[in-house]
Amino acid sequence: MSEMTINLKIWRQKNEDDPGRFEEYKLPGVNEHMSFLEMLDVLNEKLIKEDKDPVEFDYDCREGICGSCNLVINGRAHGPKHKTAVCQLHMRTYNDGDTIVIEPPRAAAFPVIRDLVVDRTAFDRIIEAGGYVSVKTGAAPEANLIPVPREISEESFDYATCIGCGACVAACPNSSAALFTGAKIAHLNLLPQGTPEREKRTLAMVEQMEKEGFGDCSNYAECEAVCPVGISISSIAQMRKDYMKAVF
Amino acid sequence: MKLDPKIPSGPLEEKWEKHLNDIKLVSPNNKRKHKIIVVGTGLAGASAAASLAELGYNVLTFNIMDSARRAHSIAAQGGINAAKNYQNDGDSVWRLFYDTIKGGDYRSREANVYRLAQNSNLIIDQCVAQGVPFGREYGGLLDNRSFGGAQVSRTFYSRGQTGQQLLLGAYQAMMKEVHSGKIKDYPRQEMLDLVVVDGVARGIITRNLVTGEIQKWEADAVVLCTGGYGNVFYLSTNAKNSNATAMWRCHKRGAAFANPCFVQIHPTCIPVSGDYQSKLTLMSESLRNDGRVWVPRKKGDKRPANEIPEDERYYYLEERYPSFGNLVPRDVASRNAKLVTDDGLGVGDTGLAVYLDFRDAIKRDGIEVIRAKYGNLFDMYENITDENPYETPMRIFPAVHYTMGGLWVDYDLMSNIPGLFVAGEANYSDHGANRLGASALMQGLSDGYFIVPYTIGDYLADADLPKVDTGHDAFKEAADASSGLLDKLLAVKGDKTIIEFHRELGKILWDKVGISRSKEGLESAIKEIRELREEFWQNVKVPGEANYYNKYLEYASRLADYFELAELMALDALDRNESCGCHLRDEYQTEEGEAIRNDKDYAFVSAWEFVDVNGKLETKLHKEPLEFEFVEMKQRSYK
Ligand SMILES: Cc1cc2nc3c(=O)[nH]c(=O)nc-3n(C[C@H](O)[C@H](O)[C@H](O)COP(=O)(O)OP(=O)(O)OC[C@H]3O[C@@H](n4cnc5c(N)ncnc54)[C@H](O)[C@@H]3O)c2cc1C
Ligand code: FES
Repeated sequence: MSEMTINLKIWRQKNEDDPGRFEEYKLPGVNEHMSFLEMLDVLNEKLIKEDKDPVEFDYDCREGICGSCNLVINGRAHGPKHKTAVCQLHMRTYNDGDTIVIEPPRAAAFPVIRDLVVDRTAFDRIIEAGGYVSVKTGAAPEANLIPVPREISEESFDYATCIGCGACVAACPNSSAALFTGAKIAHLNLLPQGTPEREKRTLAMVEQMEKEGFGDCSNYAECEAVCPVGISISSIAQMRKDYMKAVF
Repeated sequence: MKLDPKIPSGPLEEKWEKHLNDIKLVSPNNKRKHKIIVVGTGLAGASAAASLAELGYNVLTFNIMDSARRAHSIAAQGGINAAKNYQNDGDSVWRLFYDTIKGGDYRSREANVYRLAQNSNLIIDQCVAQGVPFGREYGGLLDNRSFGGAQVSRTFYSRGQTGQQLLLGAYQAMMKEVHSGKIKDYPRQEMLDLVVVDGVARGIITRNLVTGEIQKWEADAVVLCTGGYGNVFYLSTNAKNSNATAMWRCHKRGAAFANPCFVQIHPTCIPVSGDYQSKLTLMSESLRNDGRVWVPRKKGDKRPANEIPEDERYYYLEERYPSFGNLVPRDVASRNAKLVTDDGLGVGDTGLAVYLDFRDAIKRDGIEVIRAKYGNLFDMYENITDENPYETPMRIFPAVHYTMGGLWVDYDLMSNIPGLFVAGEANYSDHGANRLGASALMQGLSDGYFIVPYTIGDYLADADLPKVDTGHDAFKEAADASSGLLDKLLAVKGDKTIIEFHRELGKILWDKVGISRSKEGLESAIKEIRELREEFWQNVKVPGEANYYNKYLEYASRLADYFELAELMALDALDRNESCGCHLRDEYQTEEGEAIRNDKDYAFVSAWEFVDVNGKLETKLHKEPLEFEFVEMKQRSYK
């Protein structure tokens, strides 16, 4: 078996003000080796030839690293495959005749731009609030001056691999950005380089997260389940710990 | 056109320091009065923007994605070179310089490359201070791995996500300055033109990709960091939105385009599986540290890889290049993959693949060691191909990866248009005819953190910059030209899609301007490109309208530029009657397929001046001679 026909139900919305609606499409000729986004490319080629508007969706690397793609598929951010961004999902996951529902990640802090494309600049503003080490170019000491125990460096790295796609927000019943924010806080706060600004950073980022309209975290752990790079909710614990330290 | 490289005099080791001492400074008070536009916020752009803002300039940043953090740089896997010599294996600034010049087959400037090697160490210091989690040894100090084209271990890495970690470091540094108010960041904005007033770069035209609005921006200098043009080939390892539009439009405004035919084809990518394929995935070169490349000795041997006995396996790189073996530079590895598959020894359904085998490494080091080094790459491979590389060898094939060519720049990284600086992959500067692994990240960050922020000051200190605002006629003319082009594309209303055209263009380039080139092939490529371009303008079908988010319109406008750039690449390849680095002309090779350089006639940078496109591309070639004072030009040998 290699060619399938897939029934698609896709969210179409012209702009932020348009209420939006699902539209249905039947797509024959889907090959099992296609990636999910390649399947959408094929759909768009078909729509364009029929003089219909193609479906807008975000992507860039198609390698699971840039965090651009962020579709919600059959109710699950990035689709059914564990630790896999939708650009890395392949059609071999599906069967001939399957119906697939595709939506944008839904959250008040991520307004829709068009169809499946949303505005995630709220994430940038959270980083802007404190997600960095304040070191100017040229001011850095020799790199090996401060040894970092390998375990610490590796743990910090695990948090640093967040791709900022927003699946965590889409999956959370509260639309919380705790996993995203916690990951950056944990990455930097664990390292000696990040220590001097630990409290300031944590307070500023948590406050910004709230200001952007993301909800609170109630430990559902849905975020961890859908995260395409497997960021652990222990980052949220780290954030809370550092937040408490900073406040009291 | 005047092309003065402005290389400082004096001994190689002292040029940059001397230049820094001679550079005119802008007082803090005056820096505050200058506005600088940085277009593109990948490694080069984000690092430049952050550093310029820290110095006190007012910086505007633009990029086409929804966030600076998503630039193509994020996908770099393997690592970044530096001459730290932490491994005590005899590395030095000189060796890194020498390897890079030699790897580039003596088609880059000594002075630039030496400075790059000098800056390499500062980059590592900077990134570590920012919290970039590089791989470490158990003692807590930084670890290194080896990469192709070098016999020392000088590559710093963050597992298989080095680009991500470096970009996030630069992005965060940039966001710090957004917070301080020195940077105003404009994501989802595409530069469509450069505004030149009285011969000087004074601003840009962008399209707001969300609203479709054409916008005008004035500044005292423009820094172009928009990446490479590998996507002209349709299939490449580049991110889908990487494009040549900003650089091509600068070229049409007068910026010389240097060495357009120098394209790197990376030897280790996952092979094409079908027509629908939208991009190619790189398997990091670092895999060649432990993986052995081979094909069956017998033509048409269809046995599964693991059933082919040792003496029937042709480890062609190890046999042909005993001293570098699987770690020969990329151009050599790609060319050899083509040679063996041309000979009918290729594997897989299409025959367009070779094996990269970890069996022996797993036997030697154990599966856990291999997993720790390459786990995420192996997962990625399995995810895409549905095959387990711990058990069967990977199938790999070369794919377009990096463009050494780009806008011409002088030693200060300024193009021949005063006020237009070019950094990162968008300039042609340091890699000559072939880039070594782990050196693009190094170059992007060297340009962005440690060169442009200073050299721009030197320019601004002296430049006579009368006040211009966006009401100036030059802005209106450029804005009208940008929207005119989009309208023209939408008006064609033909019946062939953008992707269909792009795929055809890519095929012409891959076949005739790819791994090997010939006079005959290039001449026919030029003819085919022209015909296809004509057809494109008669028959392309661009959906939707210009006044809202419309990715296919963006794409069509980029493809229009690729059609012109493609012709220039072929012309450049045709003009260069030699083989060097990635540019292999069939007519100029030894019997064994090794490149034959012609230093007497071709030791120059080709810098093309745009004249017109009208059925054909009219263009004028200028030559910047390359002089080698400090190294002897040798025939490269990795035997
Ligand atoms: C898969 C892969 C792996 C790699 N691995 C390595 C490695 O291990 N080591 C190494 O040294 N190198 C590696 N490279 C090469 C390296 O990643 C790139 O050369 C480098 O990151 C380019 O950086 P840049 O800043 O010049 O451009 P980019 O990162 O490409 O950034 C370009 C920027 O310009 C913006 N832009 C583009 N066009 C416009 C426009 N018209 N208007 C406004 N903005 C625009 C984009 O949004 C983006 O912000 C790899 C490349 C690939 C493809
Ligand atoms: S497109 Fe980059 S992560 Fe999916």
